[in-house]
Amino acid sequence: MLRFITSRFLQSLLALFLVITATFFMVRFVPGGPFTAEKAVTPEILKNLEAHYGLNKPLWRQYLDYLGSLARGDLGPSFKYPNRTVNEILGDKLPVSAELGAESLAVALVLGIGLGTLAAIRRNTWIDYVASGFGMTGISIPTFVVGPLLVLALAIKAGWFNASGWYTPADRVLPCLVLGLAYAAPISRLTRGGLLEILHQDFIRTARAKGASEFRVVTRHALRGGLLPVVSFLGPATAGILTGSFVIETIFQVPGVGREFVNSAFNRDYTLVLGTVILYAALIMALNLAVDVAQAWMNPKVRLE
Amino acid sequence: MASASSLPSAVLAEPIEQGNSLWRDAWLRLQKNKLAVFGLWALIVITVLCVAGPWLMRYGYEEQNLDLGASAPSGAHWLGTDTLGRDLLVRLLYGGRVSLAVGLCATFVALTIGVTYGAVAGFFGGKLDAVMMRAVDIMYSLPFAIFVILLMVFFGRNIILLFVAIGAVEWLTMARIVRSQVMAIKKMEFIEAARSLGFGRRRIIFRHILPNVLGPIIVYTTLTIPGVMLLEAFLSFLGLGVQPPMSSWGVLIKDGAEKMEEFPWLLVFPGAMFSLTLFSLNFLGDGLRDALDVRSSKD
Repeated sequence: MLRFITSRFLQSLLALFLVITATFFMVRFVPGGPFTAEKAVTPEILKNLEAHYGLNKPLWRQYLDYLGSLARGDLGPSFKYPNRTVNEILGDKLPVSAELGAESLAVALVLGIGLGTLAAIRRNTWIDYVASGFGMTGISIPTFVVGPLLVLALAIKAGWFNASGWYTPADRVLPCLVLGLAYAAPISRLTRGGLLEILHQDFIRTARAKGASEFRVVTRHALRGGLLPVVSFLGPATAGILTGSFVIETIFQVPGVGREFVNSAFNRDYTLVLGTVILYAALIMALNLAVDVAQAWMNPKVRLE
Repeated sequence: MASASSLPSAVLAEPIEQGNSLWRDAWLRLQKNKLAVFGLWALIVITVLCVAGPWLMRYGYEEQNLDLGASAPSGAHWLGTDTLGRDLLVRLLYGGRVSLAVGLCATFVALTIGVTYGAVAGFFGGKLDAVMMRAVDIMYSLPFAIFVILLMVFFGRNIILLFVAIGAVEWLTMARIVRSQVMAIKKMEFIEAARSLGFGRRRIIFRHILPNVLGPIIVYTTLTIPGVMLLEAFLSFLGLGVQPPMSSWGVLIKDGAEKMEEFPWLLVFPGAMFSLTLFSLNFLGDGLRDALDVRSSKD
């Protein structure tokens, strides 16, 4: 087990290093720099600016410098927000996005596993059809259609919520619901499929024969194995929720990392782009690692591969 | 070599006939699945409308009528007009062309990369396979959507780049599936026979193995198209995909979402059209998976 975790960890580190390197050189080879938009900049000022940010050094030197400060946890100064560091900006925005992501994931898991379980134990009844229909609907209608439609119906017409913003607890409902629903759909399908496969197996029949209640059979015996497909989906799902938050943060004007990322790319704010990509990549890899470990713990077959 | 070239045609004659009946079986099974049949017909209708529709219309997709402005659905404009007075139906069908084209082209890119990569890894096995699949594992854990966004922001919003960028993201699953299928098939006797006849590796991979992996490839291609179309619409929604005056469903949904408060039809019709297409593709893909009896494999 320890060997398994170590090898996966090293693999993640390598991937993270590749991401950092690829992004670093990609943003440098892009036409247009962070100061090209400011017309008033004279050549002398430009030179000073570049010297100030170390942009006049050779590229490999900049790369090594960046890696060096990164190792100390310093993501450097922002090019577009004077006197602010990338660490400060991300520190401001991350809690918002983290809350949005965590609450959406909670919605997705509770709704998805609940509906999937219902559909599996009431197979081929109207409950199953409704739950499966929901699954297909959630997969086929994208968040950027559901989101505006719900805003139109529940915020603008019914007036129950604010159309946008991130101030009161009620403001959390619509964004988290929309983002959560998108992932509840595949989770419900995976839960249903996983459970149906398990419910046919002998140990379930044994549990039933021993007089265990249906509730106990499902929650205690079937769900552990039946949720394996859901656990392996959690890696891609969290990555999807992260990028999905770009759209959600745009629709609902949530001041999170996603909106900042798109803006920083438009602004050519190299350090902020790099910092955000590194943050996202590290987050996704940490979560993937956690998922791998959880899977190995739940399913011995994975450990032996 | 004369005997060698006459042999395979005799050997091949039988599998082809069996293959046909296999496909016919699958077709019959598919026809029993009402949702899949619905999906298939809906896709045919949508495609024909999008391809032929704009030629039959009275209005051009960029034809403005500023005096009219945004108007609700009416006899003259069945789905209404947008704020510049452009006919929504024409724009919807025209946008459909772009969305479908992106879906097909980017999927083709993903298909080509994924099938070749998976087939090579699966066929040669050993160290090469280990390295190639480890690379796929690593790429799976990368935040690819972020790179696509960066590419689109930095290098202009070029539609060819869009195809390639999306295709380059979506090939990973296909590679895994093809690899595991190829590994199973290459151990079968008819491959051994082909090998003992002295056929080259390329010929064995493309002529003997891949045709037998066609089922899973078709299923996952069908299921990749909606993913690709979603990604295009996602980019267009962020303002990074297809650029005006061209339209795609993503662009129309973005415009609609901005103006939905006063002109809800601008959001509802494109949203419905896009969702219907994704529904149909997913239904058809699911139906094909059942009909061709493809087990969803994790690796």
